[in-house]
Amino acid sequence: MSAVPELIVEGPGTGPADVPAAKKIEGRNPWRLAYERLRTDKAAKISFGVIVLIIVLAFVAPLFTKITHHGPNEVFSNIGQNANGGPVPPSGLFWLGTDASGRDLFIRILYGIRISLLVGVLSTGVSVALGVVFGLAAGFLGGVVDAVIARMIDVLLSLPFLVVALTLAYRYGGSLWLVVFVLGFFSFTALARIVRGQVISLRQKEYVEAARAMGARSWRIMFIDLLPNVMAQVIVYASLLIPLAIVGESSLSFLGVGIPPPTADWGDMISDASGYYQFGYWWYLFFPSLALLGTTLAFNIFGDSVRDALDPRGSTYV
Amino acid sequence: MTRFLLRRTAQAVLVLFIDSVVVFLLFFAGGGAQQVAQRFGGKAADAARIAQIKHDLHLDDPLQVQYGHWAWNALHGNLGYDYYASQPVISLIHQAAPATLSLVLGAAVIWLVYGVATGILSAVRNRSLLDRGFTASALFFYSMPTFVLGFSLIWLLAYKIRPFPFQGYIAISQNPWQWFLHLVLPWLTLALVTAATYTRLTRGSMLDVMGEDYIRTARSKGMSERRVIFRHQLRASLTPITTQAGLDIGTALGGVIITETVFGITGLGWTAVKAIVNQDLPVIMGITMIAATFVVLANLLVDVLYTVLDPRVRL
Amino acid sequence: MTVTTDGDVILEIENVVKHFPVRGGVFRRKDYVHAVDGVNLSVRRGTTFGIVGETGCGKSTLARCIARLYDLTSGRIEFDGKDISTLSTGKMRPVRREIQMIFQDPYGSLNPRRRVGSIIGDPFAIHGIASGADRKKRVQELMERVGLNPEHFNRFPAEFSGGQRQRIGVARALAFQPKLIICDEPVSALDVSIQAQVINLLADLQSEFGLTYIFIAHDLSVVRHVSDQIAVMYLGKITEVTRAEKLFTTARHPYTGALLSAVPVPDPDQSDRREQIILVGDVPSPIAPPSGCRFHPRCPKAVQQCVTDEPALESRLGDGPDHLAACHRPMAVGENLHDFRPAIDSSERIIEVPGSLLPDDAGAAPADPVRAQAEGSDA
Repeated sequence: MSAVPELIVEGPGTGPADVPAAKKIEGRNPWRLAYERLRTDKAAKISFGVIVLIIVLAFVAPLFTKITHHGPNEVFSNIGQNANGGPVPPSGLFWLGTDASGRDLFIRILYGIRISLLVGVLSTGVSVALGVVFGLAAGFLGGVVDAVIARMIDVLLSLPFLVVALTLAYRYGGSLWLVVFVLGFFSFTALARIVRGQVISLRQKEYVEAARAMGARSWRIMFIDLLPNVMAQVIVYASLLIPLAIVGESSLSFLGVGIPPPTADWGDMISDASGYYQFGYWWYLFFPSLALLGTTLAFNIFGDSVRDALDPRGSTYV
Repeated sequence: MTRFLLRRTAQAVLVLFIDSVVVFLLFFAGGGAQQVAQRFGGKAADAARIAQIKHDLHLDDPLQVQYGHWAWNALHGNLGYDYYASQPVISLIHQAAPATLSLVLGAAVIWLVYGVATGILSAVRNRSLLDRGFTASALFFYSMPTFVLGFSLIWLLAYKIRPFPFQGYIAISQNPWQWFLHLVLPWLTLALVTAATYTRLTRGSMLDVMGEDYIRTARSKGMSERRVIFRHQLRASLTPITTQAGLDIGTALGGVIITETVFGITGLGWTAVKAIVNQDLPVIMGITMIAATFVVLANLLVDVLYTVLDPRVRL
Repeated sequence: MTVTTDGDVILEIENVVKHFPVRGGVFRRKDYVHAVDGVNLSVRRGTTFGIVGETGCGKSTLARCIARLYDLTSGRIEFDGKDISTLSTGKMRPVRREIQMIFQDPYGSLNPRRRVGSIIGDPFAIHGIASGADRKKRVQELMERVGLNPEHFNRFPAEFSGGQRQRIGVARALAFQPKLIICDEPVSALDVSIQAQVINLLADLQSEFGLTYIFIAHDLSVVRHVSDQIAVMYLGKITEVTRAEKLFTTARHPYTGALLSAVPVPDPDQSDRREQIILVGDVPSPIAPPSGCRFHPRCPKAVQQCVTDEPALESRLGDGPDHLAACHRPMAVGENLHDFRPAIDSSERIIEVPGSLLPDDAGAAPADPVRAQAEGSDA
């Protein structure tokens, strides 16, 4: 090989011995760009604030117990219930009133946040783990693996989630972990399909070829090369899964399975309240519903903003 | 095209088969014949009943044989016997199905029309107040759990304002007006929550297509705006909408449990919940298989529709 | 027969064939893309072997076959004395340390979501050579060696220019301390001024590490500077192979002649003076290659023998064993391709539409190409 006379040298700032420019230019880091977009989104900031508030409230719930001297499961049969045995309305004593058993509704709603968030996040974690693994495998390995996973997803989508969940709960007893895994297991299918689609379009890329030329094993290519490129979509979908999981959890407890009483749980409260509101005890139904709606809304709005930040073009995914 | 459909049908059959195995294992496996019989007989079963169950369900035979019997019966329309209500499961399903069908199909019409219409309007008047309004309301209803919306509507319209009944289902054959009245609130509940998805879907899909070159070509040829929207843009968006609709309707037919429970609609979902509380296994199994069949059939139907809607699919 | 220069043979390619099945909707008869159809090569250690050809001639496929990214349909590849033609993925892994590849697209060959240091460090991780602080040090050494700032270790590929990204690709390939590097059009996507830098870098590395290169390109002027030997490919076959300079001074194959006439010449007067050979038509589809000599439908010197007999790759017109050409009617020195007319049945010829650049004797534009063809006679 013979040397070629160089006519033009590349501009300053690119050679090995160059001094870094005085002003640090922020690189076009894909994550950084998304973050910048998110920062300027007003709806994102408000919803994020609400979410932070909710999380904080979940943590400081015991503080409110201290202030009001009302525990979440404490029954106040005399002051907490009226003459007919029904709940009392909001007052200085019980900020949001009581429930049918005479327990402080406000405190119970606060403690209910814990269950909702816990189940929401944990089950989403399970869904993400399952969805990513199956999506990567189906998309990259293809063939029989893909066919098997596709059928598995078809089966999961065809089985009625609530019926199966309820049955399992009745058979094995409702518990936090049962709810988390059942929710997680039934929710990973869409994510797996999204990941699979992405992987199929990415696996022809040259850097995948390069990885194979280097002798990388399949799992390495999947998790180290492909996964970072699907993470954006995964995060978007995960942020939308959390509110769905929260609703799912409250639906399960509404139907009577899920976290066993007396643990404070919004779905459980609403279910109980449905027998009382027609007699005028509106607060028992109203406040937990508001809490549930507010939490879900905040997460959905934030999730939408995250999606806009990571994928500014917008997509047809809901 | 026939190859495509044949392949999809074969897959559908396979899925149903796996479904049946899963359902079977869920209920029949685990524990000896005695335990399973106990499970099936429920809380109130006595020794004689349990012996009868053991015989009926061939519980002393190996698992595969049990499955064989159950599957064979199922294919012939015999989904087992409900020991609680003392009637065959299939007749229970027969009784419950019309309610669910009325609820789901009625709501589906509403949510499809409303969802797609608002989606189109939002997309066409992008960024206008109308668009923001629809998008915000879609987000709002999307975030609402069905039972919250259900109770809110009941409280607002049945409690405070009196025209609508609280709960219950009246068959159309009995009293068409009451049938309708009892279904309005459930329809609204189901439709508003589900429509939100379609608003977002249609809007997003139409916006994606809007930027395409062939749309600009159509406009520059002088095609009226309305034709552009309906002939071209909507056409392209139909695929994701159809997929979603198929999945939603199929799943809903399996029993919109929450809505039925809130409004006391005695459909498949409501029956299923009752059965679960009573540990009435044959009914649960039967409804689960029916629900799964609905979903699989709906998806197959959607695939057939694809070949009509999207010429690229015709292989 | 092989072309030989100094150094022993590090890579021997014998009759390598790679066919891709064509997926048809209606499976009547299986069609194949004849991407590589019987290629023989020898590459000497420490040299640069250039492969040129137009798009679709199979050179990229050949490169990937050598790197065993594809399985061979048939044929034999011997690397450093070892037969690697049918090695399994597992057995191939240690060999991959010695054969590396640099890709054409500086934007696609690097994972956009991974940091550059991690990308360059891949070889160390995959083969368990180094880890942790040691790996980082070696990666930074490599970055420096190829002319990148080692401080940019944690940046993403998007933050580098095209030329720099190719350097990253070179650094990655170099991490293995390979013996052979296959360069698949490494500078085609770069600006001309940057091309020189990357080529010089490759030259330096070759002399420092004793590397052997296979250099694939479609630009003859680039290949000329870098290669010791050059092979010309057309439709999956090698049409001519010889020492670099000889290709330019005494090209034998008419296809080579046409390619050479298309190479831009810096001197504008000289450029005006020469007559370009313009080949008629596009490259035929590799699914159904022409019979006999694959170039015959476009060759100005074609005769009936070219349609029926496939010419063997051997030395012609008294050349030594280091210059091979696959042609029945090779060009002698001083021949002008413009003087020739093909002498084959009209059914074989590719017909151009009116107003084409079909050369004709009288200088007047042919009104009717069919008539012109009927009237024109062979030389």
